[in-house]
Amino acid sequence: MQSQRVWLLGFWASPFVQRVKWALKLKGVEYEYIEEDLFDKSSLLLKLNPVQKLVPVLVHNRKPISESILILEYIDEVWKQNPLLPHDPYERAQARFWAKFAEEKVRESTWDALCSRGEEREKAVKSSIEALEKFEEELKLKGTKFFGGETIGFVDLVAGFISYQLPVFEEVGSMKILDSSKFPATFDWIYNFLNHPVIKDDLPAKDLMFDYYAKRSKEISDEKDSCRNA
Amino acid sequence: MNPVHKKIPVLIHNGKPVCESLIIVQYIDEVWHDKNPLLPSDPYQRAQARFWADFVDKKVYDCGRRIWATKGEEKEAAKKEFIGIMKKLEGELGNKPYFGGEDFGYVDVALIPFYCWFHAYENFGNFKTETECPKLVEWAKRCMQRESVSKSLADPHKVYEFIVSLKKKLGNE
Repeated sequence: MQSQRVWLLGFWASPFVQRVKWALKLKGVEYEYIEEDLFDKSSLLLKLNPVQKLVPVLVHNRKPISESILILEYIDEVWKQNPLLPHDPYERAQARFWAKFAEEKVRESTWDALCSRGEEREKAVKSSIEALEKFEEELKLKGTKFFGGETIGFVDLVAGFISYQLPVFEEVGSMKILDSSKFPATFDWIYNFLNHPVIKDDLPAKDLMFDYYAKRSKEISDEKDSCRNA
Repeated sequence: MNPVHKKIPVLIHNGKPVCESLIIVQYIDEVWHDKNPLLPSDPYQRAQARFWADFVDKKVYDCGRRIWATKGEEKEAAKKEFIGIMKKLEGELGNKPYFGGEDFGYVDVALIPFYCWFHAYENFGNFKTETECPKLVEWAKRCMQRESVSKSLADPHKVYEFIVSLKKKLGNE
């Protein structure tokens, strides 16, 4: 591994890895990508991320960094062109707040909705909608093309899964979470995001995602049911 | 001031609110950047510090809560998990005086507030952190020698009493 080279360990379907790919592309950073099989983890991954054993892992100057949001902060600090975070400390705090919100309140509840059944799923769908309502309100307040303003920024990358992955979850689970009549600002944002040159050419294939998440959601729901009945 | 989560802490500076404790700590570090920096200046070291503070944030409170809020097998599992988390943190600390190295830093700030909850966790879980992770407790006692820490942390006995009354309120005895 040459020291100046940048490596990214990832998994094709992972929204966390996708965030990092977008960030590297926005900054014009060349890197080598290593696809990991998350169901048969390589010794390289286990060596580079022994605590969480997860992707993405960015390796730069032979040193590994994990956790997608932290990797984005690292990328922003090392490669200063096309900044992802604003300059002003208060605006930075707001961006970090909404990125955390998008990850913990929106993404996690949509994943829970996908991987559960019955009442549990209904509850998770409700939580997702409530979280997205807050996201919608904030977008309306900002009134800009992206969360980052007129250009894509930190929050847009973290929340990007809403644009391309959530519709797949809805289809797999036959769930209605993002109603276009109730989320006009979010739909505008999705349109702008998906049409951005860096984003539109770098998305996992929809049909592959459908098959993968249909299988995974069934496996996880089945596992939950068998734990409950054990 | 915090319409989204309706939680504390909220820092209000120049009339504007900042929420989420680690986001607030980073804000403080950036605004008052010329005195006692909490995060290192090197981007890789900053990423490591953020990783471990994030680890603390995601794991410690939730696991600790399960020790006092559950019974039987669930409590035992939570206790084992808590000790595991402390051992990982002890490993990260190594032989350094602080997580920040020679100076008290970001990860120290993230973790030390939980020290006043240890007495409660230990009582409910029937274990001693000092037996399991002596170096970590040494670190905690070192932090407690700092006035900024000892004057701001709550009395562990009061924390224990608080949890006892909270359990009663939740019908959880």
